[in-house]
Amino acid sequence: MASDNNCHYQALVIGVSAGGLNALHNILPRLPNNFPLAIIVLQHRGEVVFEGANRNDFLISYFQKDCLMPVTEAMIGATIKPGNIYIAPAKYHLLIENTKVFSLSLEPPVNFALPSIDVLFDSASACYKNQLIGLILTGASSDGSIGLKTIKDRAGLTLVQEPNTAEVDFMPKAAINLHTVDHILPLHDIAPFLCNLMLGNKD
Amino acid sequence: MTPTTQAKAKAYSHRPDEDEIMALEIKLLLQAIEFRYDYDFSHYAQASLTRRINNCLKKAQLNNIAEMIPKVLYQPDFFEIFLKEMSVTVTEMFRDPLVFKALRDKVFTQLKTYSRINIWHAGCATGEEVYSLAIMLKEEGLLARSQIYATDFNNQSLKIAEQGIYKAEKIAEYTHNYQLAGGKASFADYYQAKHGYAKIHNDLKAHITFAHHNLIKDQCFAQMHLIICRNVLIYFDKKLQNNVLSLFNQSLLHRGYLLLGDKESLEFSNQKNNFETIAKGQRIFQKINYE
Repeated sequence: MASDNNCHYQALVIGVSAGGLNALHNILPRLPNNFPLAIIVLQHRGEVVFEGANRNDFLISYFQKDCLMPVTEAMIGATIKPGNIYIAPAKYHLLIENTKVFSLSLEPPVNFALPSIDVLFDSASACYKNQLIGLILTGASSDGSIGLKTIKDRAGLTLVQEPNTAEVDFMPKAAINLHTVDHILPLHDIAPFLCNLMLGNKD
Repeated sequence: MTPTTQAKAKAYSHRPDEDEIMALEIKLLLQAIEFRYDYDFSHYAQASLTRRINNCLKKAQLNNIAEMIPKVLYQPDFFEIFLKEMSVTVTEMFRDPLVFKALRDKVFTQLKTYSRINIWHAGCATGEEVYSLAIMLKEEGLLARSQIYATDFNNQSLKIAEQGIYKAEKIAEYTHNYQLAGGKASFADYYQAKHGYAKIHNDLKAHITFAHHNLIKDQCFAQMHLIICRNVLIYFDKKLQNNVLSLFNQSLLHRGYLLLGDKESLEFSNQKNNFETIAKGQRIFQKINYE
């Protein structure tokens, strides 16, 4: 697998909804601190009307505690850097500008979701084109299917959690039904797959 | 990547061309709009602008963005629809209740010393937050001496804002927000419900002037004690953000207050040193220097 060491991928976008905490926890802490992709995570969150000023703290500190890669909120205007995990804030759509900078928008919900995975995936693939990997995990929504297909259309790599291993299989199934994804992987195999792809590990 | 994956990837090579053509079409469309209507969208953040233009395209059932160009040139009505799409936004009364609570606790207490209070709500959209502001001013005994200027570049939104009629199904949520924001009375005191709609009382409107103002090209029009501009700067590039923040600085009295959106800050702007932070989490700033 030596040829995989010069893999051209630069970023990984992850779309996840119901059951997300466990699924993400199976993947993100298993990536080494020299993992070379920028990882942008969009976890749907239920409507919480009353939130504090640092409304992302829980999700971010939860993953900061266990991840080897640095974890921060995807902040408006911040330049996306390889080797970092960025978490989408609640209550705004997260987009990626062609300059690899995060931006936010308050357009109405898309697929009943704000933030919407489709919105993130579409702008991410417009920016990264064939250097993007898209991953759809567990969830009870069809959000992300069209976005994943867009990544494929722009020659990126598309991955979906195998529905049998998902807490809620609706979202992975919706993505698989819409187009031919490149790889359908059991949850436990996703982290090793990514390490193998990017670092050529035998693991 | 396996060889088959690589082969598959190559089969999708048509897309990059489409993206380049689309970028070109957007450039031409924005030029047409600027020449025809003097609205300059060239300093909007590109990702959401692209989305909104494509939404507009789908709604108008056109095949490509280039087809929008003759329509905006010849049909001012179509341009109005375009403008609406550009500014459609999620808003609600007392959105982010903590912000309104902080405004009440930290800003209104200071504004009480003035005999007349000028407030500019820039980018007021359909008005939900303007009325939220008026309700709080009333409860603090400040509304009678306040003049609120609520502006937007979208005339259709302004019309809705001016009417102050909202769907009754939202009232439960607004009432909850109102209570979290530290509301002192009953939210039902401020509207009249009828036929599935809630109409905001006229006494709140008496102190609000709704007016067209385009932040991209229009100037200051009065000296303000407080400027509220939430979730507007997120759509602008850095240059335009700085221009608008300069305009706010010029419009504010010394020690005047500026309230921005949840995710907006002065940190990376050219106004960083001209303002002091009053409530970091709630994005309330106070002017300490002129430009």
